[in-house]
Amino acid sequence: MSLLPTEDEVMLAGAARGFLDRAAPVTHLRGLRDAGATHNAALWSEMAAMGWAGVLVPEAQGGSDMGHAAAGVLAREMGKTLAASPFLSTAVIAATALRQVSNDRSAKALAEIAAGRLTYALAVDEGPKHNPHATRLEAVAEGNGFRLHGRKSFVVDGGTADRALVLARTDNGLTLFDLPLDRDGITSVPKAMIDSRDAADLDFGDVIVTGDDVLGRVDDAMAVLRPALHAGQAALAAEMTGLTAGAFGMTVAYLQERKQFGVPIGAFQALQHRAAHLWSETEITASAVLNAGRILDSGEDATLAVSLGKARATKTAELAVQEGVQIHGGIGMSDAHDMGFFMKRARVSAEWLGDYSYHAETIARLRGF
Amino acid sequence: MDEALDDFRATTRAWLAANCPPEMRDAAQDEDAICWGGRNWTFASEAQRLWLERMAVKGWTVPTWPEAYGGAGLNRAQDKVLTEEMQAIGARLPLQSFGIWMLGPALLHFGTDAQKREYLPPIARGEVRWCQGYSEPGAGSDLASVQTRAEVDGDMYVVNGQKVWTSYADKADWIFALVRTDRNAPKHKGISFILIDMTTPGVTTRPIRLISGQSPFCETFFDDVRTPRAQRVGDENRGWDVAKYLLNHEREMISGGGGVLGDRSLGAVLAEMDGELDATLRAEAIDCEIDTLAMALTLERYKDQAETTEIGDASAMLKYAGTELNKRRHELVMKAKGSDALAWEGGEAEGWLRTKANSIEGGTSEVMLSIISRRVLGLPG
Repeated sequence: MSLLPTEDEVMLAGAARGFLDRAAPVTHLRGLRDAGATHNAALWSEMAAMGWAGVLVPEAQGGSDMGHAAAGVLAREMGKTLAASPFLSTAVIAATALRQVSNDRSAKALAEIAAGRLTYALAVDEGPKHNPHATRLEAVAEGNGFRLHGRKSFVVDGGTADRALVLARTDNGLTLFDLPLDRDGITSVPKAMIDSRDAADLDFGDVIVTGDDVLGRVDDAMAVLRPALHAGQAALAAEMTGLTAGAFGMTVAYLQERKQFGVPIGAFQALQHRAAHLWSETEITASAVLNAGRILDSGEDATLAVSLGKARATKTAELAVQEGVQIHGGIGMSDAHDMGFFMKRARVSAEWLGDYSYHAETIARLRGF
Repeated sequence: MDEALDDFRATTRAWLAANCPPEMRDAAQDEDAICWGGRNWTFASEAQRLWLERMAVKGWTVPTWPEAYGGAGLNRAQDKVLTEEMQAIGARLPLQSFGIWMLGPALLHFGTDAQKREYLPPIARGEVRWCQGYSEPGAGSDLASVQTRAEVDGDMYVVNGQKVWTSYADKADWIFALVRTDRNAPKHKGISFILIDMTTPGVTTRPIRLISGQSPFCETFFDDVRTPRAQRVGDENRGWDVAKYLLNHEREMISGGGGVLGDRSLGAVLAEMDGELDATLRAEAIDCEIDTLAMALTLERYKDQAETTEIGDASAMLKYAGTELNKRRHELVMKAKGSDALAWEGGEAEGWLRTKANSIEGGTSEVMLSIISRRVLGLPG
């Protein structure tokens, strides 16, 4: 298993780069923010038309079924210019969850996702840190179904998605529900997030659901959710390597252009060595993230590989944006410069689906600590 | 393709099972277990001799070298299979040497056919042991300022000067050295890469004692040493090209050095030490484990890439990150073992101290960072 890109992956990255530079440069996100929006439906339609929405959807449901490494290629390219889209929530996380269940409903939902007509959010966390097992939102059995009561926080894309995968506590474990967000009793409260992207708190006030709304089996949410989380974590890590590359590219360019004391600041060894160290970190992180995609595609247990990718991606992105602002100096602090967008997205991505410590603990367990 | 590789794996496994002596299957990592070969080599056991002989006949002491020069002409995938199969039974490397790691790759790239035929097969068979004469008292990080001079006298060079940090100079049969052949040229343009028999009159060596105790490092002195000009690799005054190429190989090699910890999980190593780790130390160790896993994947990725494209200056990253990581790992072992590691007897302290040289030898971390910033990132200076 080689971590080098295949010819197909090189072509996919090139095509994605061409499209995103035209349709979703950083100015696109800035424009959305200035307009008070988090999402551009037309952009997602174009992505769907290129097969991105169906990247993990089987061909039988109209998907392109390119796999997790390919999803990582797309996520990385999107990350370079901070392209905002439902790609991770819908095309990666929801599609992977739905694939775990073979029935007509799932097949239909996958087909709708691939066509770009259906978007999802993942409603797992309730506290400030990612922790599926701390779920308190209750699903109390009632007649043929359940009554859901509780709340979810930091539901990414929860303000704009059509449906959500909702993790709830049932009698003997955790159960995953697949619900439309306009179901009676669900209130979505979108938050103005630092990264200008969509995230919401969801309130469930005695929501009546049926057995049909369960994705997978009752009390066995993790069979469906774990692969979906792994897929999302790996793709998010890939997005973060793109973000890192974007921030780093601006920083290196600035080191070459900006003159102080009569010379380009990149001639100062103190800054050269910081840039070189940062580049080294990006190379090492790239390997961990590429490996996560490859392992997911191989079908082997990907727990270690995914956590390694997300942990490293988180740490390196943090370093890249901090150095980015510091090396840019005052201009890096100004809203007129793009670096701030990278810093804010890095912070949100760091927390989503498990931060550095969360994944480090997973690795520690698996490595005998 | 995969089928052919499967066949190769099966025949390799069978051959190793039949030919690797049981004594050579302990995957020993300590210095005494290494076979360095050479004219004066005394085999530690008959098994060690037999293992080297059998592997050399197969060309598997240098598996990727062409068959004509003592190798087996394996491609990267086959080489990986051979390594995996050897690791599976805990087989030791039959031979390790600077000839294999450094001079060999340089000769394959820059040597004449006659030089390859003369020097490579004895390296592959473990008959000649080489050392590297690069650093000098006044030429460390600024390696291109070497002052050891080689003056032309007919078909011969007359070499005078001093090298330092020459690993195993006192045990080596030959040395490959950087010498100044034009004192008027800019410093990078007046250097040649020459091969000298260590038994030539005028060559003397003196061991250096380190903070970690005994070391393989020596000082090497050249006093009117006469050596044929035909023993120059590459053109006269173009030795810096050879040196740079070889340094890249050296950097890749050093970066892969896992020291006594090898590929084992740091967690497992620390657990074995029965250390009840403080939360702070545990967190530090987990960080280090994460970086180690990611570094191992990076080495694999770069090796795969090297199959088709030269890694070149980016190898400075492997050297920088790999050696800094190795130092961290050894610091952690010392902290985890506490006072148990403070006596010389267990060997941890020696290993720990020795790793401090990793980020100095073969180019300091600071030189690596400068190489990256200028040649990879294109920053000025």
